[in-house]
Amino acid sequence: MSHLLEIKNLSVNFPSRRGQVAAVNQVSISVEKGEVLGLVGESGAGKSTVGNSVINLLEPPGYISGGEIIFDGIRIDQKSNEDMRKIRGAKIGTIFQDPQTSLNPLMTIGKQLSETLIETLKISGSSAREKSIELLESVGIPDPVERLNAYPHQFSGGMRQRVVIALALAGDPDLIIADEPTTALDVSIQKQILDLIKSLCKARNLGVIIVTHDIGVIAEIADRVAVMYNGQLVEQGTVKQVLQKPKHDYTKSLISAVPSGDQKLHRFTVVDYIDGSEEKVTLENVSDHWLSKNKSSETHKTAISVKDLSIEFSIRQALFRKNRIFLKAVDNVSLQIQTGESFGLVGESGSGKSTLARLIAGLYQPKSGEIDIFGHDVLQRNQKAKTSLIRRKMQMIFQDPYSSLNSRMTVEDIISEPIRFHRSTLNSNETSKVVNDLISFVGMPMTALKKYPHEFSGGQRQRISIARALASRPEILICDEPTSALDVSVQANILNLLKDLQEELSLTMLFISHDLPVIRQMCDRVAVMQNGKICEIAKTDTLFDDPQHEYSKHLLGLMPRMDLFRL
Amino acid sequence: MSETNKSSSRWQRFLDNDIVYSFFTTPGAIIAASITFIAITAAFAAPIIAPYNPFDPAQISLWDGKLPPAWADGGSPAYLLGTDNQGRDMLSTILYGGRISILVGIAAVFLGMLLGVTLGVISGYFGGLTDTIIMRIADVQLTIPGILVAILINGIGRAALPLELREEFAIYVVIVAIGLTDWPQFARVARGATLVEAEKEYVQAAKLIGLPKFTIILRHILPNTLRPVLVIATIGLALAIIAEATLSFLGQGIPPTTPSLGTLIRVGNEFLFSGLWWITFFPAIALIILVFSVNLLGDWMRDALNPKLR
Repeated sequence: MSHLLEIKNLSVNFPSRRGQVAAVNQVSISVEKGEVLGLVGESGAGKSTVGNSVINLLEPPGYISGGEIIFDGIRIDQKSNEDMRKIRGAKIGTIFQDPQTSLNPLMTIGKQLSETLIETLKISGSSAREKSIELLESVGIPDPVERLNAYPHQFSGGMRQRVVIALALAGDPDLIIADEPTTALDVSIQKQILDLIKSLCKARNLGVIIVTHDIGVIAEIADRVAVMYNGQLVEQGTVKQVLQKPKHDYTKSLISAVPSGDQKLHRFTVVDYIDGSEEKVTLENVSDHWLSKNKSSETHKTAISVKDLSIEFSIRQALFRKNRIFLKAVDNVSLQIQTGESFGLVGESGSGKSTLARLIAGLYQPKSGEIDIFGHDVLQRNQKAKTSLIRRKMQMIFQDPYSSLNSRMTVEDIISEPIRFHRSTLNSNETSKVVNDLISFVGMPMTALKKYPHEFSGGQRQRISIARALASRPEILICDEPTSALDVSVQANILNLLKDLQEELSLTMLFISHDLPVIRQMCDRVAVMQNGKICEIAKTDTLFDDPQHEYSKHLLGLMPRMDLFRL
Repeated sequence: MSETNKSSSRWQRFLDNDIVYSFFTTPGAIIAASITFIAITAAFAAPIIAPYNPFDPAQISLWDGKLPPAWADGGSPAYLLGTDNQGRDMLSTILYGGRISILVGIAAVFLGMLLGVTLGVISGYFGGLTDTIIMRIADVQLTIPGILVAILINGIGRAALPLELREEFAIYVVIVAIGLTDWPQFARVARGATLVEAEKEYVQAAKLIGLPKFTIILRHILPNTLRPVLVIATIGLALAIIAEATLSFLGQGIPPTTPSLGTLIRVGNEFLFSGLWWITFFPAIALIILVFSVNLLGDWMRDALNPKLR
């Protein structure tokens, strides 16, 4: 029996100034009609490159250096661009990651759809219009007749991704390649989109390749899965087989690194297959160390107390106040975080959780409300000196490790800046000793100090960020999605590090994440946020076992299905 | 031993740099940089390499005036590119004139950059009313053609000076005039880059450390805005050299006693119809080659420094 798509011993090379880089090395996979194949791997594993070589959209200077791609019995890897262009439209549909950029913002949805239809199916304008309506209906867009005249920006992210799917279906293809189709979307929309892809696959008897880094997505949708690591295919099989009885070490560690939502573990399972993480040095007598010498003499039971906090951002400027439109990003929020507690803040994008964190950190000024840090009102205008002293006890770890370090400074300068600025050491010798301690404390080699941020990976940069935050000797650490830009295997290492630090230095932690399993492992108490309001505050275990608010229940229902992962 | 090791590894690291690599693999960039380098060196070494000193009356003889280039009929091998109406050697005057043109260009760009980047970064970082006022002034200035602004400032500058100082200070007046014309470009670029950088998380981290605004601007934002500014500065250098030449050509710039390339072209222009083409032709060619190579260099720099275009 011939396969719908068969890839035999595919190799893709990227020539660079330092020699050939094999992005894909001898990969063989196949897809049948009516089947979803998941292609999973971490960043740099070469999974997207496989997808791109099938549709002949490899980014130059990459080229196919070996192997065959056979689609529907025809070898397509040596076809000319013009021939491939026809196949791409009519036989193979593509769904890209970001629905913001894969639609033309200046054309209506209807125009974009009928343009594709006329080109690929060679039909007239009026029948193209009918077909467009049909397509929009099939991907679940309400009022398709009206929506034909809408522009992409008038759709939400999830709806836009549906339109992209409709576009991919336009040529009535046999194969769909979806490259991280849900990465840019919220969890609740992710599930809808995955369900849609799966049902279309079954209804139209399509072959689907889903490229993703998220094992949860695979568990949700795929029939078979292929695992890639470092350009090589390490394992493939049915989802059940691979997720429950992984054979290869890499697959095992990848699966164990996914934090579990149904039980609380003391530590995250560290992926030991991926090398490069240094052992974290535990300082002896932390209480005697420089890091612990700045503790407030007076201890307050409540570290952060927020009362009726609100902030608005103006969406539309106007001369008269009544014409202005404001968005209430944080709306009358009250919460209290006890000293030494690890407090989680969970919600989908746009729920105002990052804004709340920045308000507490003092990066934004609230419109109304009170913020007390260790019993001191940081919003009052007198006593500025005391306020800035108190504020210094709060430091933040940011989401994007690529923009959170100044690329023009060495790591040593970055970490020592707060120490030097606050003159918190006696002399430069002590400063460099403290910096050395800090860098090994976060599990980085001493040689890192002389380098610049661009020489490090995302996870290593996040460690440097943590060291910089510690250099101010904080008592409160605000972590704003510290691992959402990282691979799962690196995520486990960083979360363990944060957990250890919190225990050793008895820090108060405000931990923000959209990822419920991570929150479960990291936090003592959790607040669930939606549209700038707090829905529910509860002990972590209570929330996970018995959510009270409708929205919390909804969020918990969207967690990846762990039953597939563990026996 | 360890010392040589260290320096070789530093050299190695320099060659490893992506921008350096891009330079050595772009023929256009190498040619443009070589021509620019030769032109600048030749201009600054003019007192050493020029065959004559056009400012020394003892070396000028009116008898040798208006001689054509050496290879033309009636040319003298003593004057390779001929002589002008006063008997000055063209090659020497071009070298000396080029020196003044380049000096004025660099100084004017530097002034414009200093002013523009300062105002642009302040404007971008503080926003609000400060931003509105600074950028509206820049907008208004940009609505008037640059050369008119330069002529205006130049005129005011000259009028303000006492008569006997005008010749002597003409060059500084031109520098200030071109510098004040240039700044809005720099301000816009610096403001844009600042807006981008100020949103980045490392700036927020610096705020949380408690660093004062001034330190954040100077240590964190400014170094990260310099790349686009550097590109504008290179292209700006070519424009400033042209602006100076235009001013001098119109008789508003550098006086004929210490001629720049523009002044030479103007002087030559008067003799163009009497067939003495070389007096205006060679300075013009020198100006074109100089501006063209500086422009090419700026073009390459924009490509190499912009990660989006690579």
